[in-house]
Amino acid sequence: MITLPLETAAHPEQLRRVVIEPLSRVEGHGKVTLLLDEDGHVQQARLHIVEFRAFEKFIQGRPYWEVPVMVQRLCGICPVSHHLAACKALDQVVGATTLTPTAEKIRRLMHYGQILQSHALHFFHLSSPDLLFGFGSDLARRNIVGVAAAYPDVARQGVLLRRYGQEVIRHTAGKRIHGTGSVPGGVNKSLTAAERDELQKDIYQMIAWSRDAVRLVRQLFEQDLETCRSFGTFAARTLSLVRADGAMDLYHGGLRAKHADGGTIFDHVDYGHYWEQISEEVKAWSYMKFPYLRALGHEDGWYRVGPLTRVTRCDFIPTPLADRERREFMAFDDGRAAQSTLGFHWARMIEMLHAAEAIKDLLHDGDLLGTDLMAGGKRQARGVGVIEAPRGTLIHHYRVDESDQVVRANLIVSTTHNNHAMNIAIREVARKYLDGRTLTEGLLNHIEVAVRAFDPCLSCATHAVGRMPLSVQLLEADGSVADALVRG
Amino acid sequence: MSVAPTLVFAVGNLSRGDDAVGPLLAERLATAAVPGVEVLVDFQLQVEHALDLAGRERVIFVDACVDAEAPFVERPVVADAGFAHTSHSLAPAQVLETYRRVTGSEPPAALLFGVRAHSFELGAGLSPDTERASQAAWPRLLELCCR
Repeated sequence: MITLPLETAAHPEQLRRVVIEPLSRVEGHGKVTLLLDEDGHVQQARLHIVEFRAFEKFIQGRPYWEVPVMVQRLCGICPVSHHLAACKALDQVVGATTLTPTAEKIRRLMHYGQILQSHALHFFHLSSPDLLFGFGSDLARRNIVGVAAAYPDVARQGVLLRRYGQEVIRHTAGKRIHGTGSVPGGVNKSLTAAERDELQKDIYQMIAWSRDAVRLVRQLFEQDLETCRSFGTFAARTLSLVRADGAMDLYHGGLRAKHADGGTIFDHVDYGHYWEQISEEVKAWSYMKFPYLRALGHEDGWYRVGPLTRVTRCDFIPTPLADRERREFMAFDDGRAAQSTLGFHWARMIEMLHAAEAIKDLLHDGDLLGTDLMAGGKRQARGVGVIEAPRGTLIHHYRVDESDQVVRANLIVSTTHNNHAMNIAIREVARKYLDGRTLTEGLLNHIEVAVRAFDPCLSCATHAVGRMPLSVQLLEADGSVADALVRG
Repeated sequence: MSVAPTLVFAVGNLSRGDDAVGPLLAERLATAAVPGVEVLVDFQLQVEHALDLAGRERVIFVDACVDAEAPFVERPVVADAGFAHTSHSLAPAQVLETYRRVTGSEPPAALLFGVRAHSFELGAGLSPDTERASQAAWPRLLELCCR
């Protein structure tokens, strides 16, 4: 049994707090609090994200057919995931239990385009600067521009991979943003032959670059094996979707939960009743809920979702190049890379390769040009849609009344699933790198690297000039500031 | 393929209070159909937007601005590596620098057109102050685009 409690300090009122805020670009929407005991040891870590409180309220009261478009405004970084999860839920409301082949394949193409562009952005924008330059390197270099200066080919490929994924989304969703391609019951457009041909033209280059990216991460692991092995690493239970035959399937499947040692908690569970397996706990200090597996209870039932979980917990990846990379990843360093927090980056690149291969296969499937776009059936009052979004499992759950209004909505986003796991990762890093009562750039760098491995969605759907400070405060037990750092 | 010499890139989310001011101004600008001006809108700036700058003579970034001392501000933008700690957005200066690094050539002249913003609550409309700032900003934005 894993026991990594956040709330077990014997006397939390006697702990000192270290506050690091904000990690996000929006004022007050992300901060880290480290609670220290009198000896300066980290007892608790709390990543505060306040943004998700309004999601359900935003949706309730809307006509259900508006929902797939409006939920895209919840997140500026993965709007397509919300678009598709909402549609999957509302398929059930309109009685479309089985989509037409064209509709399902267009949606899958859109989804793999989203996975490709999101993972490309993450790696070339976040992971590669950390891994290429090292965590303690000059902050000014540790960004995409620094990568572009030192590794121009890597940066260029990242930008073009990202753009290709966006083009897949544009052709399938109809627009670059706020797409309407997927609708409850199916899709409202298929691909034209010209659109398919345009995407086919570059897909083999995208596959080649994705393979290069996987190999680059492997090289970076090999260069600093000890850090990659131990950085913020902890054992975790996992949750993901898998296909009926156990294969990775990022669009649809049954729920699989595993113990840290790989033992099965449950498998191939119909997500239409996810609440029988997953519950959510509220803690006074966080706006974000803490999901847990009911079978294990709220103390022990926390789990981890996302690329590292999906790659290590599926039985195989149904595209050959990605599956070969998965097997090498699983075997690397006697399996330790597959358990490390920085293994997120490697797993993410394997998924990017899988997405590119899946796009290639779909672009050679004639159903993409079909005209049978919509399905229907007996109207239902409730629908649940689950998808594996770039950052992890995403659940949309709606109840719709007879006048077509959404009367109840429940969303569990990837960052929420990972809430407890992120806190554990931050705590493990802080325990190793916090030096007494002094906050250092080095500590902040390392905490950021841990957070960046998960890449949580921190209030990402807004943008405003002048709101990007990053400050660190060390507070004594009485609330006075003992030390501070500011970035921005 | 030739592109419009002027790119107006509006950034923001229509469902996040004053964050919508950029896209709303872009909507007016698109309706005005100023010759030689292309209007693009996105939630936030990302690396691939550097590619939208290719072939342009100038770019105007229109965005909500929390540190604007006036209803609207105009600030020249020069390429700069800056600092980013999430994958979620780039500043205009970083987009220009990404363009320079990825293409090997100098980016077009760039201007940030920022409209004073206050509130970013999910599901909220423009605040009254930003609504007024937007009305004040519109003639100037149109004038800039018609130059």
